[in-house]
Amino acid sequence: MFERVRGLKFHKKQDVAIVGAGITLFRRRMNETGKELSYYAVKQALEEAGLEIQDIDMVVMGSAPDAFDGIHMKGEYLLDGAGGSNRPYMRVFVGGGTGVFAPIAGYWHVASGLADVCLVITEEKMSSSHPHPQSAFKYIWDPILDRPLNPNLIWIFALEMRRYMHENNIKHEDIALVSVKNKGNALDHPAAQVAEKITVEDVLNSEPMALPVRRLDVSPPSDGASALIMVAPHIARQLTDEPVWVDGVGWSLDTTWWTNRDLYFPRYVAEAARMAYKMAHITDPRKEIDVAEPYDPFDYKELHHMEGLGLAKKGEAPILTREGVTARDGDLPVCPSGGLLGVGNPIAATMGVKVAELYWQLAYRAGKRQVAKEVTTGVTQAWGDLMQVGTVMVLSNKR
Amino acid sequence: MAVGKKKISAPAYVKGHGIEAEDIKEGKVTHVEDHTDIRYQFTAGQAISKFLNGLKEGKILATKCNKCRRVMVPPRMFCELCYRPIDEWVELEDTGTVETFSISYIDPDARPLDEPEIVAVISIDGASPKMGILHKLGEIEPDSVYIGMKVKAVWKPPEEREGMITDILYWKPIEG
Ligand SMILES: [Zn+2]
Repeated sequence: MFERVRGLKFHKKQDVAIVGAGITLFRRRMNETGKELSYYAVKQALEEAGLEIQDIDMVVMGSAPDAFDGIHMKGEYLLDGAGGSNRPYMRVFVGGGTGVFAPIAGYWHVASGLADVCLVITEEKMSSSHPHPQSAFKYIWDPILDRPLNPNLIWIFALEMRRYMHENNIKHEDIALVSVKNKGNALDHPAAQVAEKITVEDVLNSEPMALPVRRLDVSPPSDGASALIMVAPHIARQLTDEPVWVDGVGWSLDTTWWTNRDLYFPRYVAEAARMAYKMAHITDPRKEIDVAEPYDPFDYKELHHMEGLGLAKKGEAPILTREGVTARDGDLPVCPSGGLLGVGNPIAATMGVKVAELYWQLAYRAGKRQVAKEVTTGVTQAWGDLMQVGTVMVLSNKR
Repeated sequence: MAVGKKKISAPAYVKGHGIEAEDIKEGKVTHVEDHTDIRYQFTAGQAISKFLNGLKEGKILATKCNKCRRVMVPPRMFCELCYRPIDEWVELEDTGTVETFSISYIDPDARPLDEPEIVAVISIDGASPKMGILHKLGEIEPDSVYIGMKVKAVWKPPEEREGMITDILYWKPIEG
């Protein structure tokens, strides 16, 4: 075997810029259908970019399990709200990883030269399924080996969190700080669902779900949509003085046999990051990345993913968090949006607090959420399927 | 394309109307209710069929790849890393090690459980390191469980076994 980074045979035909984004309110229940939510997000992104739907060449839709909506093949169902009528349209789906995988698909549409203007729209309406969206997650487990044990989705995260704490000697207090930070950051996000000032004690005393996971360690299920406009350089120059460029993309999946892995380190993220960093010519992420939006559906996951992204050494992310390095005014702001923990977790639609947030930060248009330091390069990432997919994107405002 | 050079000053705003569960219960929001009813019969496949039949006989069966030398459980017909067929079947011990665990207070619908249950990833003795399966622990207080604990399978009586993962009722700690 020889050492190499996978997935880099690709030679892009043109650079790709982001020139507009949109996000809807995130809530457990919304009075809009998924189509209507999609329409809102797309309209906002078009307005920000200064484009009309007729200017869009191709559309990528990202949406997670059909089981939430109770509509099979929901990519087709969502088409009209997504602005996909009568143009090349595709749906991509890698569970929770979709929030960054959908814009990666938008990237390759434009980078390859197939499209000059690509709309990426992500939607999730989790509240249709009851008694709880968790009920839909019963069907992601192996039907023969796992499902007879009556598993709950939270189990796998609890098992992973425990292993991470054990391997790196990390206390729950250290992990709870992530939830405190992100829910606090979300107070400045107009779309936020569970923005609040909380303390470490609040997290440790919250209702036990599957220990070590407690209620306030977890992001809430949500409904929502978000959109991005990705364009070729000659279009970007006509539209804005402040385009944000996609410097690198990466994705990777670890084995489906998740109980055969040591769960303390997200190898799927590390592999995906290697690909994205290589493409972006980043050799020392801790020094070269100014702001990060790693995927944080659980508080330990932000730490886990920071380590997978090479923003911290193994076991070091909790220390950086405690020292304030990851605060919005810190040396390496992490989840300045408020993340999934604070803004909410409509699975694929979290593109709005990951890729869109990074775009707003790098365009200096994040308003009250703008990080204190000067920013040129950022990384964002999402994670999903049966704990196995990592999707990574590096953005920058320099060319 | 009808565009001009545009200076954007503010991020996109937010739209949508949040509603409460009560609004639906009280009929304040127009909606319909539907109950999907689809039934499935899953094929266990070549490898897992043999594994399940092994459980019926009180055995834990694994497969081995001679190229990467992994002993794999749950067993598979091909090694996904070497991408070649497995070389042989081996029988493992019904003992193992707790790699990680959780004390669960909720059921699959996120409803509270009366009694919490202990779930774990247990690596099986005789398999390659970290080759674990998902299962439950019993005959132990939640506070006493730790990572690295040695455990042994507690089987259903032979006449009650069905060739399912639940033919092992749970795993209990090995004394000492
Ligand atoms: Zn092999």
